Amino acid sequence: MMKRKNLKKVLLKSGRIIDPFTKKTFKGDILIENGKISKIGSAIPFKGKGYEVINCSGLVVTHGFCDIHVHFREPGREDKETLESGANAAIAGGFTQVCTMANTNPVIDSPEHIHYIVSKSEKLPIDIFPIGAVSKNQEGKDLTEMLLMQKNGAIAFSDDGIPIQNAQFMKLALTYSKMLNVPIMNHAEDIFLRNEGVMNASTTSNNLGLKGNSSLAEAIMVYRDLILATSMNCKLHLLHLSTKESVDLLKQFKSSKNSITSEVSPHHLYFVDEDIDNFNTNLKVGPPIRGKNDRKALIQAIKSGLIDCIATDHAPHTIEDKETTFNDAEFGMIGLESCFGVVNRVLVKENGMSLKSLIEKLTVNPRKVMNIDANLFAVGKQAQITIFDPNQKWTFENKHIQSKSSNSPFIGKELTGKIKYILSKNQIFTL
Amino acid sequence: MLKSKHLIGLENFPISDLNKIIDTSFKFKEILQTEERKAILLKGKTIVNMFFENSTRTKISFSLAEKRLGADSINFSASTSSVKKGETLKDTVQNIESMKIDGAVIRHSHPGSSLELTKYIDGSVINAGDGSHEHPTQAILDMVTLKEKFGKIKGLKVGIVGDILNSRVARSDIFALKKLGAEVVVCGPSTLLPSDAKKLGINVTYNLNEVLHWCDAVIALRIQLERMHLGRIPSKREYHSEFGLTFERISKLKKDIVIMHPGPMNRGVEIDSKVADSENAVILDQVLNGVASRMSILYLLLGDGKNNL
Repeated sequence: MMKRKNLKKVLLKSGRIIDPFTKKTFKGDILIENGKISKIGSAIPFKGKGYEVINCSGLVVTHGFCDIHVHFREPGREDKETLESGANAAIAGGFTQVCTMANTNPVIDSPEHIHYIVSKSEKLPIDIFPIGAVSKNQEGKDLTEMLLMQKNGAIAFSDDGIPIQNAQFMKLALTYSKMLNVPIMNHAEDIFLRNEGVMNASTTSNNLGLKGNSSLAEAIMVYRDLILATSMNCKLHLLHLSTKESVDLLKQFKSSKNSITSEVSPHHLYFVDEDIDNFNTNLKVGPPIRGKNDRKALIQAIKSGLIDCIATDHAPHTIEDKETTFNDAEFGMIGLESCFGVVNRVLVKENGMSLKSLIEKLTVNPRKVMNIDANLFAVGKQAQITIFDPNQKWTFENKHIQSKSSNSPFIGKELTGKIKYILSKNQIFTL
Repeated sequence: MLKSKHLIGLENFPISDLNKIIDTSFKFKEILQTEERKAILLKGKTIVNMFFENSTRTKISFSLAEKRLGADSINFSASTSSVKKGETLKDTVQNIESMKIDGAVIRHSHPGSSLELTKYIDGSVINAGDGSHEHPTQAILDMVTLKEKFGKIKGLKVGIVGDILNSRVARSDIFALKKLGAEVVVCGPSTLLPSDAKKLGINVTYNLNEVLHWCDAVIALRIQLERMHLGRIPSKREYHSEFGLTFERISKLKKDIVIMHPGPMNRGVEIDSKVADSENAVILDQVLNGVASRMSILYLLLGDGKNNL
């Protein structure tokens, strides 16, 4: 069970402090007073009365995680997730900041809608930064009022859920966003090539008799977006990359001279399409779980830093949306609560990535993509701290889920690395 | 009187011709302010005004200029002519030419249409706006207005705000201002700015307040509302908030700046009524200077030198 308390005076004692911003790692203490970091050092003297001391020995103390791609279903489908239940799911996963996608009902496509999300999130225990839609009603035709939306708190722009199919419109959107200095985040899938595919086009899809979604559907649009963004020098963020071809294209285009960023989701790092052998609808996701070579390429790309960050694409759905045939089931899975245990297991424990490097992909890098302050471990900063045991093995179960939905293929899986405490917005959470 | 026979655009127009037209405009302005308002310098000359595209002030301005100079002018508009019956531009023009004319003023939605006309007409051709290409007489009246206000154009700091990409006024103004030694900054939404601005020798910014603090004069361009449907700007509201000459913006400036607009204005979109009607606005001066400039242009291009000013 998750417990919460107001944060007054707390001493985080003897933790392994990893600061991904300054790139320093040391054993030490962090003192928090009135919700803010007041001291960081190797041995802060214990002052006694009025201080709560948390023994962090054996634990890692690092920046609160930041997930730049989540779907909280408010407004419209509050039965699947609300801003509040989503915030709790984020806390349970060690996230202190998230960026919410705009494909709600109604679509977040005006300054007034942005204002609604911002004001409704104010009192929640994490920072929620709304991503505005690129096109009105996500129809891919008319630009939204991005300048006014940014003034009201929009952090970036995306029609996620619906690819921007029209290249001329994508070009205009990238051009318009130049004024804002924020990325356009495109769901890169050619809708014609995708052709109603419900899983990766492969031997498995053929054997199951399911319509396949070719990896080319993603690659072609990734290629188009990369050409557009690099030739016009615009900011582009590629969402949930899933294919080897996309990784190869990224390698070809990404350089220090341009502003191309990308993300990968935990499920694309953990599963392969063969895992869908029993029509498990919790593995139905867009873009689909791909083949072994794709997974391998994605792991390499996140390890090497070619892909900048990990984003869950947390997509809650009701039981009735998933307890149906594979064809009829909705796309998407929840991902916040299981994220760290999954990526730590796959990347650090099984594929030799350093823990420091993994933390960057969950903290500094996503914040940089979205122009969010990433220098969190400085005196005077509001405490946003995640404390975890990197080695604890645990089985992911329904009881770990704070989301209103439980559509996760990770239920029953053994994960490595468990979140213990989160400090966020003047509160301390114990898991 | 001029090196040029036609006035098609200002990009390659000789600077000496440009200066002569501007200077002569002031003489015509004096005449326009006398009781008689006339100078019969083009008696016996025939000018046809060909408006293939709608126009209010440019058409009236040319007609008036011709009448004040004593020329015989004929108006032709596409909506009431054989163009509607499917006649080609070449045929229409050759028919008109065979009726013996000395000059032609043309407005057409296609870039290059006025240059095309020079092939079929022996007299002088004056471009009154060809698509998104040039609108040289508008730029000349703008230069006259600036010179009248500041005494010179060299060294002036001029901001142009709006749809720079598709505006013939912006293009001609930029050519004229650069030729005459002014500094130019253009401002507008990134989707309406040319990507090759550096090649034009001008600076580009998205920050209107910066431009307004910097400039001596600002030209607000008409935002063509039909452009919104091409998705280049999301709404009138956003445009007005970020790129509109609002009363709030103008009243915060530390010095007075001259406000110009070629018309027709979308009040409440690119310019607030309070700004358009303020003392610093010279929008109606531009209109009167338009008649004087066009008299100057017609006189210098069509005059035979016998009837000196």
